[in-house]
Amino acid sequence: MSPRPASRDWPLWEVFVRSRGGLAHKHVGSVHAADAKMAVEAARDVYTRRMEGISFWVVPSAAITASDPADSGPLFEPAEDKVYRHPTFYKIPDVIKHI
Amino acid sequence: MYTTDLHKTAGETKRPVAMTNEPAELVAAFEARVAADEFIEPKDWMPEAYRRTLVRQISQHAHSEIVGMLPEGNWITRAPSLRRKAILLAKVQDEGGHGLYLYAAAETLGTSREEMTEALHSGKAKYSTIFNYPTLTWADIGAIGWLVDGAAIMNQVPLQRTSYGPYARAMVRVCKEESFHQRQGYELTMALAQGTPEQKRMAQDALNRWWWPSIMMFGPPDDNSPNTAQSMRWRIKRDTNDELRQKFVDVTVPQAEAIGLTVPDAHLKWNADKNGYDYGPIDWEEFYAVVRGEGPVAQERMEARVTAWEDGAWVREAAMAHADKRAARSEAA
Repeated sequence: MSPRPASRDWPLWEVFVRSRGGLAHKHVGSVHAADAKMAVEAARDVYTRRMEGISFWVVPSAAITASDPADSGPLFEPAEDKVYRHPTFYKIPDVIKHI
Repeated sequence: MYTTDLHKTAGETKRPVAMTNEPAELVAAFEARVAADEFIEPKDWMPEAYRRTLVRQISQHAHSEIVGMLPEGNWITRAPSLRRKAILLAKVQDEGGHGLYLYAAAETLGTSREEMTEALHSGKAKYSTIFNYPTLTWADIGAIGWLVDGAAIMNQVPLQRTSYGPYARAMVRVCKEESFHQRQGYELTMALAQGTPEQKRMAQDALNRWWWPSIMMFGPPDDNSPNTAQSMRWRIKRDTNDELRQKFVDVTVPQAEAIGLTVPDAHLKWNADKNGYDYGPIDWEEFYAVVRGEGPVAQERMEARVTAWEDGAWVREAAMAHADKRAARSEAA
């Protein structure tokens, strides 16, 4: 029983599912597939066996650019001291309605 | 289904070696994040030993799901009714899906599907010992769902909060689906236990054979599980093997009693002081023998996997060649 060397993996695709009308597609996981059509078919079998969705996006994983966790400071911290972007920052007397 | 973190032999249960050249401030920041119950994501810095432990545990878990399809697949064509056949098909398909979620989670750590498949087929990677026992009668399908998936759920529920994000997310999906597996198994066992005397004997026989392997699924006892402390510190594991085993025994014994079956353990006794059952000694020699690949049908399982993989090779190659050709054509156009 000596298995021959495994052949090369099919490309990896990221799978996004729209769970119902009106909602955005959301990342659910990934599948290996030779092409986009096969990726959709595999996604259907792997991620929607229980009516989890009505629409798919499949995207080659290699096409995704992710931000670097090391950059999270410069990227996200500037928002921390801008509380005036939130409505609760502003004190309005209770007698003022509909605002 | 689930495997606890296994090693080939008892002696091999070494603690992962800390890499001495890892920057102390990165290690400290990582440890602090994990201690604060933050999730670690693929692009985050992590100690090499954490990565290796996860790759081993997640890939073993994935292999167990895939190999776990075999003992049950064995009964699809012989299910006693269309209802049972449809249920079993759906369950086996779920196990395949669980394997895929987990392989994908392991791949985010920098290993490839190909490497994992190769490790399984060459015998380098382990999978849950439970699947190296044969499914002799239809009642075994009930026992597997009830006991094996029941033990798996006990193990997997806390893993939904495991520190590695992709593993935790895969576990959320798996747990959502696993509950049907256990319930259909119990329902099947219940039907047999309430059937003819011969059917009841079958159900009892299956419980007799699957009980001990099921409680061994939680892995070696805590005092012989040196990885547990490190894995708990890293929040990969949330409960010790013995804690989970005790929980499983406590919930399962009344389920057996309720349908008139007897758990095959002469030492089993309610202990009011600890608010749980005392159970008899576990045959760890058998466990390690099965881990080493000496289970009753270990060889048959691997042969089935390797044959399926090799017989499918031309399909994988043809699909890729077809995709490449179409891509080349659309580029030319």
